[in-house]
Amino acid sequence: MTDKKEWPLWEVFIRSQHGLAHRHVGSLHAPDAEMAIKNARDVYTRRNEGVSIWVVRASDIAASSPGEKGPLFDPANSKVYRHPTFYEIPEELGHM
Amino acid sequence: MYAQMVKTGVDHVQSKEEMSPEERAFQDRVDQDIKIEPKEWMPEAYRKTLIRQISQHAHSEIIGMQPEGNWITRAPTLERKAILLAKVQDEAGHGLYLYCAAETLGVSRDELMGQLNSGKAKYSSIFNYPTLTWADIGAIGWLVDGAAIMNQVPLQRCSYGPYSRAMIRICKEESFHQRQGYDIMTKLARGTPEQKQMAQDALNRWWWPSLMMFGPSDAESVHSAQSMRWKIKINSNDELRQKFVDQTVPQAEYLGLTVPDPDLKWNAERGHYDFGAISWDEFYQVIAGNGPCNRDRLRTRVKAYEEGRWVREAADAYAAKKAARAKAKAA
Amino acid sequence: MSGQDALFEYLLRLGDNALILGHRLSEWCGHSPALEEDLALSNVALDLIGQTQLWLNLAGEVEGKGRDADKLAYLRDARDFRNLLLVEQPNGDFAATMARQFYFDAWHYLLLRELTGSKDGRIGEIAAKGLKEVTYHLERSRDWILRLGDGTEESHRRMQAAIDDLWMYTGEMFESDEVEQAMMREGIGADLSSLHEPWLGLMRATTDEATLTLPQPGWAQRGGKRGMHSEHLGYILADLQFLQRAYPNAVW
Repeated sequence: MTDKKEWPLWEVFIRSQHGLAHRHVGSLHAPDAEMAIKNARDVYTRRNEGVSIWVVRASDIAASSPGEKGPLFDPANSKVYRHPTFYEIPEELGHM
Repeated sequence: MYAQMVKTGVDHVQSKEEMSPEERAFQDRVDQDIKIEPKEWMPEAYRKTLIRQISQHAHSEIIGMQPEGNWITRAPTLERKAILLAKVQDEAGHGLYLYCAAETLGVSRDELMGQLNSGKAKYSSIFNYPTLTWADIGAIGWLVDGAAIMNQVPLQRCSYGPYSRAMIRICKEESFHQRQGYDIMTKLARGTPEQKQMAQDALNRWWWPSLMMFGPSDAESVHSAQSMRWKIKINSNDELRQKFVDQTVPQAEYLGLTVPDPDLKWNAERGHYDFGAISWDEFYQVIAGNGPCNRDRLRTRVKAYEEGRWVREAADAYAAKKAARAKAKAA
Repeated sequence: MSGQDALFEYLLRLGDNALILGHRLSEWCGHSPALEEDLALSNVALDLIGQTQLWLNLAGEVEGKGRDADKLAYLRDARDFRNLLLVEQPNGDFAATMARQFYFDAWHYLLLRELTGSKDGRIGEIAAKGLKEVTYHLERSRDWILRLGDGTEESHRRMQAAIDDLWMYTGEMFESDEVEQAMMREGIGADLSSLHEPWLGLMRATTDEATLTLPQPGWAQRGGKRGMHSEHLGYILADLQFLQRAYPNAVW
């Protein structure tokens, strides 16, 4: 027999020691946010991985549709001038 | 392996000409090593096969907690106890990551656990053997985790994003598992005559079941061919088994232990060890439920699940009450 | 009893509590209500095993007879164990485990907080490390008391039964004997009786919030600290010590 209702799924984001942004590390089940944070601590920081935890109910995440990947992301491909490598700097100038 | 003989539901590997435009686009992406992500279009057979494979892997981690957990309370030193507990705890974590990866394909953990508890779902044959002495904990770490790693390292590159990411995390965490097993064996092999005997006995009992973990030869298997085409299986069973034997035999020699195979010998021509015939009859019996521990393993799992239901329900009920109270307060 | 003897006894009590409770919690691994809980309970058990090593190694050092934490854990018989009766009680259902944990965590927290100011710097240091761990243990066990007490009818019934059932083992935590009094006088140990009010305060607040009824003061079972245990401890030791006893002097 399975449960009548399963604990909802939460997505877990952790900020590591190095001051980088919170990064998605995985998911887990918990009845509410409070326990999701505790569980995230016990599941995803066993090896000293983090100093801060965010949890978000998986069903509350709005995601871009994979079908629109082309229109959403391809246009950025042609904007090569946004990248430093686009520009040639005379070698004599050294680092810029 | 942790997932053995996963069926794909296909009767032959499709050629590009047979594929629909979506299927062809999908296969092209796989061929180019572009990861497939949860909500993208994928062939139904790919999705179903992945669910089967990932959940079998997850079930194996969860059932695999039992034979080792059997020795947590009897570990011989405080340090060994902490290491073993941390290791078995890791297996729970790995099961959890894998169930979550399977959930991205549209099944719930509860459904998957239901399949395991009903006896419908399979898990690795290896965990149906008993851990009789402390040396078995060493042998499992050394041989069983060693065999698992052979399979899991290449799976980090598999085509399905969430599975690949779970494998990366698992491989990182598992790096200490095999070493702690070998460390136990080393202590025993260099210990008293009784300890050495204990180590040899464990190797005798775990060697062949470890080789069986890779599954029967799949050179002719259409399922394996299809899974490799989809890049959710990277190497053939025989390939991995040979690699395992080649790697493990010198480790046994270093311990001064004898691999229980009279036909085992180095083949200079092939550059590999030749080894004796595996008793596939035993393997199929264990898979069919007739291993020494199948029934105990399943009963223990069902018991934990059933006895935990009131706790899970209570935590849920509390969360609902608290949310309702917060809402009433806000209104 | 000399100061050193009292200190040794005192450290055994601290170490044995952590050892036996850690052992009990480790029995849950693979059998708990959810995978997430398997991981969480194991973390608590691992913290306690770590604390055991620190306390018992220090005890062996103070004793000066060449015994380390392993020798003390694996080669003493039940009558030489100094843990509270509470921590050796069987796991029972999840409610019983959490009631035992909450009673102990709250006391453990208050005790370690006092011990961080111990005149013996070695004790202060171990207490400070342990206090961080135990702060989280307490937060978790308190949370489960609330969830189970104010969850479903069944969980409420089980939780109430568990706190009633284990209540008689809590009195022992606050009674000082000559060991604790000696340690208190020297500024090394804590005044156990002073922990009682804050402990009761936390118990009352939590059980109230959890819609549970805290039992009335009554007869307290005692004896663990002096080596008078329940029958359960012998079985714990039979498991724990099996290999060390069956293969004397082997190295693992």
